[in-house]
Amino acid sequence: MSDQGTKLNPRRSFIATAGAGVAGLGFTVIAPGLHLMAVAGDANAANAATDARKAGTAASPTVRWGLLIDANKCAPGCTKCIDACHTENGVSEKLSDPRQNSQWIRKIELVDRRNGRVTQLPMMCQHCANPPCVDVCPTGASMKRADGIVLVDRHTCIGCRYCMMACPYKARSFVHTPLHDQNPEVPRGQGCVESCTLCVHRVDKGQQPACVESCPNGAMTFGDLLDPASAIAQRIASVPTTQVRADLRLDQGVRYQGI
Amino acid sequence: MSTLNPRNEEGRFYLLAAIGSLVSAIGVAAALYMEHEGHVVTGMNNQFVWGLPHVVSIFLIITASGVLNVASMGSVFGRALYKSRAPLSGLLGIAMMTGGLAVIMLDLGRADRGIVAATHVNLTSVFGWNMILYPVFYGLVAVYLWTLMERRMNPWSKAAGLATFVWRVILTSGTGSIFAFLVARQAYGTALLAPMFIVMSFAWGLAVFIPVQAAMYASSGEKLPPLVHQRMKNLLATFIAAVLYLTAVLHLANAYFAKNIAFETFILFDSEFAGMFWVGQVLIGSLLPLALLFHPATATRMLWVNVAALLVIVGAYFHLYVFIIGGQAFPLDIFPGYDVKSSFMDGAVDHYTASLPEILLSLGGLGIAFTITLIGVRALNFLPHDDVAKLEAAGAD
Repeated sequence: MSDQGTKLNPRRSFIATAGAGVAGLGFTVIAPGLHLMAVAGDANAANAATDARKAGTAASPTVRWGLLIDANKCAPGCTKCIDACHTENGVSEKLSDPRQNSQWIRKIELVDRRNGRVTQLPMMCQHCANPPCVDVCPTGASMKRADGIVLVDRHTCIGCRYCMMACPYKARSFVHTPLHDQNPEVPRGQGCVESCTLCVHRVDKGQQPACVESCPNGAMTFGDLLDPASAIAQRIASVPTTQVRADLRLDQGVRYQGI
Repeated sequence: MSTLNPRNEEGRFYLLAAIGSLVSAIGVAAALYMEHEGHVVTGMNNQFVWGLPHVVSIFLIITASGVLNVASMGSVFGRALYKSRAPLSGLLGIAMMTGGLAVIMLDLGRADRGIVAATHVNLTSVFGWNMILYPVFYGLVAVYLWTLMERRMNPWSKAAGLATFVWRVILTSGTGSIFAFLVARQAYGTALLAPMFIVMSFAWGLAVFIPVQAAMYASSGEKLPPLVHQRMKNLLATFIAAVLYLTAVLHLANAYFAKNIAFETFILFDSEFAGMFWVGQVLIGSLLPLALLFHPATATRMLWVNVAALLVIVGAYFHLYVFIIGGQAFPLDIFPGYDVKSSFMDGAVDHYTASLPEILLSLGGLGIAFTITLIGVRALNFLPHDDVAKLEAAGAD
């Protein structure tokens, strides 16, 4: 990843400019190499620095989109990211068996067995660099875009659910019922598997994922992991972060802070 | 004798064919209902991703491969006793494979996309390999049956039998690897599953072959030579013991890793699956059949050998239910060292109940396998004919 990070990034100048703005707006240097985000609003403003992908152009392998989630800022009982995700992506079905509902993002409460410390965090597709779901998909419907976003092609998914068996994070859902009133930008389909797309339709327009934008505490930072000037790369470089089940060596695009 | 009366025989055939076809049709209708309403009408969900249809279809697919072992013993390893049974073995292989594939294909969320599955093959996926493994399996078994049943093609039967043998070993390795390649589930993710599935296929395949053969002999009024019965019984006992051994190794190795102790405690001692494992899989599916096959009072009697074979089949379903459903009931250890809870059963043991459509679809697969076998054995000459004097002269093979 670090090798790739040194390659010429077409968005580098844009993000560098925005990054300068970020420094002025939101970051406070509290020690060499360690920055403190000032307030949530500023954090989200900093994250707004993504570039729109021109129609007809392929996703770039010089970018790797990722999320950094600060579990310390994730408030108990708050479901704003879940609500925003489901509104944005038209995930509205409410089945009598909640296990049959799609859950693109869910809140998990962790209690450390050693000291009883309680932590909250949102869990969604971790957008692995080596995604097991992509490996096991028989038709190639599960795929990783060049910019690291893991998606399901609804046209070639046959609904075998092998990807759900393979995902270490239970991040995938199967659509158990006919769907109505879909968001045209986020096609879903009965009998297909789906998961967090990192709001790829928004990212391609230069916007943030809905969950990131909705978080009142600025717990989520979105950006290009390969760009050293990006807010997310700088934070990952300056604070300890964790990849969930790092032992599996899947190299997730979603990292956590505070667990 | 009334059983030799053609009219009675014909009547019996049509009755059984009608029952088999009806069960198959109900299974297909259940699948269409699931397709129309969505999998909301099943007991499967985002926690129990695979359910009863997978238990049944995987049983049929494993057994389809294993039942061909009888043919391999004849053609590949030159055992005369098994060679005369090779055509029946091939027919059962095709019938069970068709039943198993029908269930797994009809359970797909998008069963209408079979052509997509056939034309978009991801070769890093074991399921993707299946798009090659299954059609070639059919082709090889068909050619093999041709070489066995067409006198002019007989010289090629050994080569065709060898190719079929190699292919079904690869195929069942693939079935085991479906689970072996799951990186994060405590119940799976071990290379032992590939050879274990092969040995399971040997045991279950022979356990299906023995009663089918007995039914055919009974139906035709002929008597199975005691020598044949004796040798197949011994082979079945060997395979049952081998499965039991590999099961013990699998669980012991798993329990040796601290990270898997919780799961092993769950599946072996502290869940609804513990009883299924010890009573269904171990006692009914392994120890009782072994006792019947070795006890002097039962080992020599055809009836009890058939009972033993049927118990092995019952045990096989317990085995796969514990393996597939039990493996999903235990929570994924996403955050080792933490107690976890969420809106999606994180950190919680879950319970699965199959719904009626799933049960009917699963029975439909069995119906398809039964109907194909029934029509096959009536349309063509699959009843083994033994030259007992020759077999006895050949000694222990």
